[in-house]
Amino acid sequence: MNLTKHLAGVVIASTCLCAPALAQTKLTMWYHGAGNEVESRILNQIISDFNTSQSDWTVTIESFPEKSYNDSVAAAALAGNLPDILDVDGPVMPNWAWAGYLQPLPIDESEFADFLPGAKGVWDGKLYSVGLWEAAVALFARQSTLDELGLRTPTLDKPWSREEFMAALDAAKASGKYEFALDLGMNDQAEWYSYAFSPFLQSFGGDIVDRSTYKTAEGALNGEAAQAFGKWWQALFTGGYAPGTSEDPADQQTGFIGGKFAFQWNGNWRAVATMEAVDDVVFLPAPDFGAGNKIGAGSWQFGVSAKSKHPEGAAEFIKFAAQDKYLAAFSDGIGLIPPTPSAAQMTKNYKDGGPLAVFFDLSKAQALVRPVTPGYVVQAKVFTKALADIANGADVADTLDAAVDEIDADIESNGGYGHR
Amino acid sequence: MAFDPDNYGLRLFVRYLVLCLIALIFVFPLVFMINSSFKPDSQLLADTSSLRAFLPVGDISLNNYFGAFRRAPVGLFVLNSVLVTGVTVLLSLLICSLAAFSFAFLRWKGRDVLLSIVIATLIIPFETIAIPLLLLVSKLPWIGLDGLHWGWLNTYRVQIIPWIADGLTIFLFVQYFKGLPGELIEAGRVEGANWWQVYYRVVMPLSGPVLATAAILKFLVMYNQYLWPLIVVQQEGYRPVMVGLGYFFQLNVAWGEVMAYLTLITVPVLVFYLLLQRAFIASIASTGVKG
Repeated sequence: MNLTKHLAGVVIASTCLCAPALAQTKLTMWYHGAGNEVESRILNQIISDFNTSQSDWTVTIESFPEKSYNDSVAAAALAGNLPDILDVDGPVMPNWAWAGYLQPLPIDESEFADFLPGAKGVWDGKLYSVGLWEAAVALFARQSTLDELGLRTPTLDKPWSREEFMAALDAAKASGKYEFALDLGMNDQAEWYSYAFSPFLQSFGGDIVDRSTYKTAEGALNGEAAQAFGKWWQALFTGGYAPGTSEDPADQQTGFIGGKFAFQWNGNWRAVATMEAVDDVVFLPAPDFGAGNKIGAGSWQFGVSAKSKHPEGAAEFIKFAAQDKYLAAFSDGIGLIPPTPSAAQMTKNYKDGGPLAVFFDLSKAQALVRPVTPGYVVQAKVFTKALADIANGADVADTLDAAVDEIDADIESNGGYGHR
Repeated sequence: MAFDPDNYGLRLFVRYLVLCLIALIFVFPLVFMINSSFKPDSQLLADTSSLRAFLPVGDISLNNYFGAFRRAPVGLFVLNSVLVTGVTVLLSLLICSLAAFSFAFLRWKGRDVLLSIVIATLIIPFETIAIPLLLLVSKLPWIGLDGLHWGWLNTYRVQIIPWIADGLTIFLFVQYFKGLPGELIEAGRVEGANWWQVYYRVVMPLSGPVLATAAILKFLVMYNQYLWPLIVVQQEGYRPVMVGLGYFFQLNVAWGEVMAYLTLITVPVLVFYLLLQRAFIASIASTGVKG
C-alpha cells in the first residue's frame, strides 16, 4: 500500500513538473537567411535561449533563400499557410501589412525608443516590425587618394557639395590612374537601385513618390529637382565617370580594392572585407546635392503574421531577440549596424572609436526610410527601370514622365493603397 | 601553300577543326564552372579576364566544396531532386504512354476532340496556372498511413503528381505510336492479345526511342524545377536543387562555392544523359523499326 502511494506520488509529482514543458505552445518562424552560416548560428542561439528561458512558447525556424523569400511568403499567404513570426524587409513591410500578411505588433513602441528609426517598421501609425540591425551606405575612398588629388575630407557636418563631389570625380578621372572615377554597382538591378540611388534624388529635392499624400508621383519624380537629378545621373555615364548597367558583377567586390575605381558607393556589409584589403580606406558621407545629404534606411525586421493564433507569444520572442546582447552578436557576426547606441558600445566595430562607428553616425544623421507605402514594391521596380534607362541614354524628361504615369496608374488601380 | 579543294585529308582536317571549335564554345561554360569550383574567390574573379579562367591553375583546392556542404544541405537537395525527378519520369512514361496508346489505337467517342485539348495545353505557360494550382493542392485531401490529411504543401507528392501527365509527352507518344507498323498491332489482336497485352508486349518493346526522348525531356523539366517547389515547399527537407541555389547568393556572393554547388548538381544530369544516350542508340538498333 505504501509502495502504491509512493509510486502514485512520484507519478503525480513528475507529471506536474513535466506539465510546463508539455504545455509549451509551438510558434513557427520564417527567416530569409538560408545559407548564411553566421546569421543562422546566431539566430538559432537566440531561439534556443528563448525556448529554454520560459515555459509557454517554443519557436521553430524555417529558413529561406533571400532571393526567393518574398515570393515564398506571398504564395504561402495565398494558401493560408503563413507562420507566426515573419521576417520582412523594411520597405516591403507596408505592403505586407496592407495585404493582410502582418498584424500590428502587440508591443508598446516605447520599448524600442532608442532604436534607430530605420530599424522600426511603422505604417498607418502602428508598429508592425522591429529589426535587429540596420544597414548604411557610404562613399568608399582611400585617404591616400584624397591626399593625392588634393581633396577635402568631407564630414557629416560638412559633406561634399554637388560641385565638390563632381570636382573630386573630375580630379580622379584626370589623374588617369583609374578605369572609372566612381563605382555605383550598376549591375545589381534589384532593390539596390532604390535603396542606394533614391537618396541622391531626395538630396536633389525630389522623391520616388509624393510623401505628403502617397497618392501620386507627379511633381516628386518628374519635377524640376527630379529633372536636375536625372540629367546629373545620366552625365555620370555619358561623361565616363562610372561604368553603366553592363558592369561586371565581380567589380563591385574587387574593383575598388584592386584600384580600378577611385570611389565606390557601397554598403557597410562590404566594409569589413574592404578594410582588410585596403589599409587607408575611409567611409565618406553622401554628398549634399542641395536638399541635405541622405542615405537609405530600413533593413530586415521581425513581425507577427496576421494568421498567427498566438501574437502574444510571437511578440514575446521578438522582444527577447531585441536584447542588446543579441543585437551586438549579430553586428559582430555579420558586420551590420546595431540599432541601439547601447548595443553599438558592445560591438567591436561600432563602439566609440571603432573602425565602423562612422556608419552608426551616418545612419543616425542621414538615413531616410524609403517611401512608407504598400505601393513601394511597384514604385521601386519602376524607379529602377527608369534609372537604368536614363543611364543607358534615354531622354530624362520622357523617362521620368513615363515612370510617374506608371506609378500613378498602379496607385489608382489599387485604390490608393489605403492612404487617406 | 594554296588550299586544294580536292585534298580529302585537308578538307577533313578543316571540317574537324571547325567542329572542334564549335564544340569548345559549348563546352567552355562547363569547363569554366568546374575549374572555378576549385579556385578561391579572389583568384576566380581575377582569372575571368584571361584564359586562366578555363584552366585548373593557381591555388587549387577542394575548399569550395567543403564550403558548399557547410552552407547548404547539398546531399539532401540532390536526393530530393533525384527522387522527385525519378518518380515523376517513371510515372509520366507509364501514364502518358497509356493515354497516347488510347489516343492512337483505340476508337472511342470524343477521342479527337480530347486529343486536341491535350495538345492545346502545350501553349499554356505554367506560370499562368501556378496560382490556381497552388490553391487547389493546398486544399486537396490525402490518405496516408496515419490517416486523412488536408493540403499537399510541403510534401514530395505535391512536386510529383501535378507533373506526371503533360501534353508534350502524350503528343510525343501519340505521334510515335501512329508511326508504328499497323500490321504488328493487328497481328497481336488476331493472335488473341487483349489491348493491355498489345500495349506491353507489342507496342512498348518497339518504343525505346520515344521512351528515351520523353524521359530526357521530362527529366530536364523536373530537375530544373524552380517556381513550383518555391511556392509549394516551405520546409528545407523537401527542397530541390534549383531552389537550393539561392542559399549561395548572399550580399557577398561566394562565387567559388556557387561553382562547386553547380558542379555538384550538374553531375547527375550529365550521368543521366550519358546513360540514356546509350539507351537511345541501343533502342533504335534493337527495335528494328525502319522508316
